Amino acid sequence: MARILGGLAASHVPSIGGAIARGLQQDPYWKPFFDGFIPGQQWLRDVKPDVAVVFSNDHGLNFFLDKMPTFAIGAAPIYPSADEGWGIPVNDPWPGITPLSWHIANEVVAAEFDPVICQEMLIDHAVCLPLACFFEENGTKKGRPVKIVPVGINTVQLPVPSLKRCFEFGRAVGRAIESYPEDLKVVLIGTGGLSHQLEGERAGHLNKEFDKFCMDHMAGDPSPLTKISAIELIEKAGTAGLEFMNWMTMRGALLGDLREISRTYHIPISNTAAAVQVLEQLPRMAQAAE
Amino acid sequence: MAEQNQIFGTYLFGADAAQKGYALNRMCFSFNDKANRDEFKADPAAYCNKFGLTDEQRDAVLSGNVISMLKAGGNIYYLAKLTGIYGLNMQDIGAAQTGTTVAEFKEKLLAAGR
Repeated sequence: MARILGGLAASHVPSIGGAIARGLQQDPYWKPFFDGFIPGQQWLRDVKPDVAVVFSNDHGLNFFLDKMPTFAIGAAPIYPSADEGWGIPVNDPWPGITPLSWHIANEVVAAEFDPVICQEMLIDHAVCLPLACFFEENGTKKGRPVKIVPVGINTVQLPVPSLKRCFEFGRAVGRAIESYPEDLKVVLIGTGGLSHQLEGERAGHLNKEFDKFCMDHMAGDPSPLTKISAIELIEKAGTAGLEFMNWMTMRGALLGDLREISRTYHIPISNTAAAVQVLEQLPRMAQAAE
Repeated sequence: MAEQNQIFGTYLFGADAAQKGYALNRMCFSFNDKANRDEFKADPAAYCNKFGLTDEQRDAVLSGNVISMLKAGGNIYYLAKLTGIYGLNMQDIGAAQTGTTVAEFKEKLLAAGR
């Protein structure tokens, strides 16, 4: 059976790609952020996952506003990227694992969730950069050590699903992964956040205290997080802080007891409170009845 | 029902903005392709007309005023593809929207981390 080893979370900001391309990992501005990935890189080298299921939001590369799915599951053999409009270096594609994608789709629909299933999907910086930071040791190309299942969540256009709904959808994804018959080692990655706001007269809004609350409850009891409404999340974490929904979905997919391996929090990277958190899921003797 | 916005300086992107800003955001979505960015740069007004922008949207784009673009229904993730064409990063845009210098905006970010 497939086994979930743990969950990793990291902010995603397009300029991280530029910093990797220019080799700025040791630059004083970037170093506090990139150093945050070192414990996760070490843990991943130790546990050697086969698959990463990546929860993120598209930023107008794969999806446009003509059709905006609330939840979308990638089921493609390969996931290319693109320059997203900025002429930035384009990441190499990541390979998919379609049998697992379809298994997740079948199981979550059976559990009464209704995702869109995507046999073609472009992945943007929200997927590519956390993968690069966790798996390529700050940009040194070492091939593609895992196959991926990207799961897209609409954090861009209201109405967005509640954090409670994200958590419960994550629960269904986690159960689906753990019912997959092949012996695969799976890690979960939630990307984006934490607090930031790009638009309006409140641009530059950050909230260190709230972000700490979120990270504390990611590692501990997540239930207070599921009580936060979308509007409250915007008020506290900024409009783009809605991306915490991706973290919440990832947290939902962690079904067992957790051990926090690392946590880094640094203001600012670009306009963002940049965070990295690694949560190991402790092995269980048997699947908990939930 | 559209979300009611009572948060200062925040432009919620929901039913109203998504409909009002559709043409503007659709134009920005086209900038994922370099050929389209080049076509825009060659004649911005003509490119705006090609996508059927309203007068309000076109004036906002041609004046480079991000707040006006937001009021015209622009979504910041899409507008970022437009401002990127002008070589502006998020600190430049942040300063412009908040009426500060880029140095002041960066200092505000740093202060939030202390």
